[in-house]
Amino acid sequence: MKLLGFVVICLTGGLLIYGTMDLPNWGDPASPASTHLSDYYIENIVEETQVPNLVTAVLADYRGYDTMFETAVVFCAGLACFLLLRDFRPGKNRYYRHIPTGVMLHFKNPDTRMIPGNEFEHMDKDWVPSDIIIKTVCRILIPFIQIYALYVVAHGDFSPGGGFQGGVIFGSSLILMAISYNLRTLMKRVTEKFLSIFAATGVLIYVGLGVLAMIMGGQFLDYGMLAPLVPWDPGHIRALGMLGVEIGVGIAVMAVMVIIYVNIVSEGRHDEGL
Amino acid sequence: MLWPIDLIVLTFVIFCAIAAITVRDLLGTAILFSAYSFLMCLLWAVMGAVDVAFTEASVGAGVSTVFLVAAVFRTSRRSKD
Repeated sequence: MKLLGFVVICLTGGLLIYGTMDLPNWGDPASPASTHLSDYYIENIVEETQVPNLVTAVLADYRGYDTMFETAVVFCAGLACFLLLRDFRPGKNRYYRHIPTGVMLHFKNPDTRMIPGNEFEHMDKDWVPSDIIIKTVCRILIPFIQIYALYVVAHGDFSPGGGFQGGVIFGSSLILMAISYNLRTLMKRVTEKFLSIFAATGVLIYVGLGVLAMIMGGQFLDYGMLAPLVPWDPGHIRALGMLGVEIGVGIAVMAVMVIIYVNIVSEGRHDEGL
Repeated sequence: MLWPIDLIVLTFVIFCAIAAITVRDLLGTAILFSAYSFLMCLLWAVMGAVDVAFTEASVGAGVSTVFLVAAVFRTSRRSKD
């Protein structure tokens, strides 16, 4: 069986390598994409959209419909994780630590309405004392990561980056908080309701801008039609439309990354994790 | 294209790919996938596709590694075969 698998893999790999022989060389000026499409983009993008980063212009404007469904796919991934993994049954075991003495209490089938006093701390089953160095470094680092993520989203028109990357970086800063402290610290600040609303809002911003363009008399996602809404700067309307779309993508991706992480790491219970 | 960098990075990519499917420790596999993604990110950057490199670095080497580690944490660390 193992030999058969090896032969199949070798055959498939060989066919794939044989297939790549037909692909044009890297940077070949005679390749089909370079002869028709790239010329048009390189000559006209800055004139038509006022966006210096051609990749962002192609992704968010010329292929805006495509990117909209990519965002929808990311949203669906988060939704699927939630539907498959989320477990609303209360946990059978609950552990508390008495902070002044360090005594650990184990409750079986606890009453969830029971709220411990200030001297008790809800703790994980495999609790280890948290390291002061890791906690401090992460606490200092997280705001800078978040500022950088916002910069990546906002500056996507001018430099590499955009909604997807910025959203992922912002989401990983929240995941870093869950790893360096514990999962409950994150879920107290960023609740499940907040994340779900944000994930849906991001997609809605994208679709909403498209529908708004339709209402203003253009085609779906034709940002040029939004010009009457920003009378002070109608020349850059396509760049502004792209910025709005990128913000929507960033919000959706940020929320979905945290939803996926939280559901995987806590087996859908949202009580304890890495 | 700078061919010595390309050659070195591609060699490492192949090493990482082979190691990721032969190592039995699944946590190690997750880290090897992260290294693989990071090397691919270097390749994209050398080829001038900076946007793709950025995405590969943030999604491939960053957040997907965290997802894999989280999945290993909740299942088993040893692979059966």
